[in-house]
Amino acid sequence: MAFTLYSLIQAAILCVNAVAVLHEERFLSKIGWGVDQSVGGFGDEPGIKVQLMNLIRSVRTVMRVPLIAVNSVCIVLLLLFG
Amino acid sequence: MDLPHHGYRATKQRGRTAAPTDSVLFDDTSSAAPAMNNQAYYTPGYNMGGTSNDMQGGPGANNLFTDPMANAAMMYGSSLANQGKDMVNKEISRFMSVNKLKYFFAVDTRYVLKKLMILMFPYTHQDWEVRYHRDTPLTPRQDVNAPDLYIPTMAFITYILLAGMALGIQKRFSPEVLGLCASTALVWIIIEVLVMLLSLYLLTVHSDLSTFDLIAYSGYKYVGMIFTVLCGLLFGSDGYFVALAWSSCALMFFIVRSLKMKILPSLSSDSMGMGSSAKPQLRLYITVATAVFQPIIIYWLTSHLVR
Repeated sequence: MAFTLYSLIQAAILCVNAVAVLHEERFLSKIGWGVDQSVGGFGDEPGIKVQLMNLIRSVRTVMRVPLIAVNSVCIVLLLLFG
Repeated sequence: MDLPHHGYRATKQRGRTAAPTDSVLFDDTSSAAPAMNNQAYYTPGYNMGGTSNDMQGGPGANNLFTDPMANAAMMYGSSLANQGKDMVNKEISRFMSVNKLKYFFAVDTRYVLKKLMILMFPYTHQDWEVRYHRDTPLTPRQDVNAPDLYIPTMAFITYILLAGMALGIQKRFSPEVLGLCASTALVWIIIEVLVMLLSLYLLTVHSDLSTFDLIAYSGYKYVGMIFTVLCGLLFGSDGYFVALAWSSCALMFFIVRSLKMKILPSLSSDSMGMGSSAKPQLRLYITVATAVFQPIIIYWLTSHLVR
């Protein structure tokens, strides 16, 4: 399995796209992973599920706009160079 | 740093006057060079070169001062270079702190030899604690358990060269293959560090393992890889598997003992009787999973080199 750095970038873009596509109220709340279900437990250990939900929410918030740019660049590169 | 400076001056000199001034200037270089090497910055070195050139003799001093344009141009060029250097440093220090990186390269020969011994034969090493000095970890020069980035970097480069040699022995070499091998190995390091960071974040392990520490611990497997490939090349397929088994066991032991100190004891400080029975198991799983991943990746990255 030979990787180039470009295939790593493509894999990373695909993964981040997948996380960004998860809709808050249509999907995550339905399966109990919404932001309103992550509060509580002011103890010291938040737990894996809460950490994961926080991670998903922060990735979606932070990467919304840069993903537009990165996806456009990727599409143009794929159209030009195959 | 010296070269463009003196090259510029030399070309200016050849444009106008005869050879003897050139030899004076080149002598200046060799005598000023030790003094310049002691300085770490551009400007003091430049000034020292200038003053020692002045002291060297009449022709040198005259050629400096009779051409204010060249003088001004050289000053401008050196100030531009300084600005460029400052800008690059500022940009780089936005992404990673250079001081933290310097800590990882503060090694010496004794440390490297001892660390290589421990990597290949960790079973007799007694004390695995990383020693601290007033809350800052000791540099690798003073503490043999501290992770460093010198060995992983050198081992990575040596592995790439060795892979090229092994492919050449099998008559499958071409320069593109070398780049492909290098980027494959680099991608696997990046994947492993990202997975480790993700799992440490998800399990809220409050350890002091920084990204560079994880890169260092991932890079130590290249020492095992080099040893395995060498044995495979020298002794054939049987030697390859024996060396693979040996370095896998040694590396697994090393990783488990090193990471156990960093990941697992932070449990005792913040458990506070919360009944976190799931947590120590998960942390143990992470440590063991990291250790088990090492032989797999060693086999994956070296089996195609030793047919």
